[in-house]
Amino acid sequence: MRPAVSQVWDWLAEVPDPEIPVISLTDLGIIRDVEWQGEVLVVTVTPTYSGCPATAVINLDIENHLLSKGIEHVMLRRQLTPAWTTDWISDQGRDKLRDYGIAPPIDGTAPDGDVMARVTSLTGRGNMAVPCPRCNSNDTRRVSQFGSTPCKASWVCNACLEPFDYFKCH
Amino acid sequence: MPSLPDIMTPDAEGLARQAGQGGAHAPAADADQDAFFEFLLRMGDNALILGHRNSEWCGHGPVLEEDIAMSNMALDLIGQTSLWLGLAAEVEGKGRSADDLAYLRDAWDFRNLLLVERPNGDFGATLMRQFLFDAFHFHQLQALSGSADPRVAEIAQKALKEVSYHLERSAEQVIALGDGTDESHARMQSALDDQWCYALEMFASDATDVTMAQAGIAPDPASLRGVWDETVDAVLDQATLKRPEGSFAHKGGKQGTHTEHLGYILAEMQFLQRAYPGASW
Repeated sequence: MRPAVSQVWDWLAEVPDPEIPVISLTDLGIIRDVEWQGEVLVVTVTPTYSGCPATAVINLDIENHLLSKGIEHVMLRRQLTPAWTTDWISDQGRDKLRDYGIAPPIDGTAPDGDVMARVTSLTGRGNMAVPCPRCNSNDTRRVSQFGSTPCKASWVCNACLEPFDYFKCH
Repeated sequence: MPSLPDIMTPDAEGLARQAGQGGAHAPAADADQDAFFEFLLRMGDNALILGHRNSEWCGHGPVLEEDIAMSNMALDLIGQTSLWLGLAAEVEGKGRSADDLAYLRDAWDFRNLLLVERPNGDFGATLMRQFLFDAFHFHQLQALSGSADPRVAEIAQKALKEVSYHLERSAEQVIALGDGTDESHARMQSALDDQWCYALEMFASDATDVTMAQAGIAPDPASLRGVWDETVDAVLDQATLKRPEGSFAHKGGKQGTHTEHLGYILAEMQFLQRAYPGASW
């Protein structure tokens, strides 16, 4: 049985991210390619962060889900380049993150190594406002550059006082 | 004499295209494989040992957010380690895996800088070491993103995104603590003075580095001193810290001559595999 590649993409859209189960692997943008090579279905996956512990779970989840759909031979291929970026998170994925209480990444704000420009903009009354996912206020502040997973930072809203996760631009 | 490839201006897109062509990677053409292996161990071991040092803060950070940040950086570095040592194992071609290299080598086979094996000291000392290393690591990875070996370039491009964030964080913390209270300022200055002579090992090139630079695989570390100085000076200036004047560098880590501290790290890190060889879960 060789289901159409588009069907496989639909199935992959049903696999949730193990750490942020509200979005799927396709929302996250880490599935880079799906193709049949003979009787083997090759799924190309790119890691989010190189040490993200979810990577192994993601691979297992993909394999299990496709096996449950009757695909017998699945091969997972890791692709490092081009490196994953939060630009690949779908619009739908961003909405789902916000509804879940995680502020989606603000494109174009990833660190670029221009440390002094970044430090000034982030420590001084910076121009990067992350809207609170609960009350939508722009009056928020960063608590820590890191959070509960490698992809998030900890923020708090000054208006509604709610602490929240910000999905870092990467 | 043939002109050397210019690897300071990475053509990331070109490399990405090249890396995507065909399944198998072409081995670096003329590179001395032994030197290449050594170089990859240096990359992997720096990340591994610093990652391990960071992980020692887990459960001990001064506040929860900093504790989490330390563990996250450890995670990034260990992830990068698996990529570098995985490639090292492939290049060596003796059937060893990244895990074998991490868990079954003894201290004299490690190639990390002495700086990263130094005990953590207080939180300020840990952050200062992180900053001095991040500033080097960032510029090194930037150059490696244009490596003539596509396997090196793709790992570097991946790691660079993570390390840009590390550098931003450690720079901010050095500024906050350096330009903080009298106590925090004094501790940061002392951390800087103590670690300066270890940091300078980063720029001490040897024959391996020259071979890698000539093959266009990696930058000569000595050539990174200028950009490192710029980054470090800008941050120290904001942090109101005085840059040490010494030019003496403790050396040896890159060649396998370590301080006694590495042995203690390995005793903890490798215990399980040494006591229960082949254990897995």
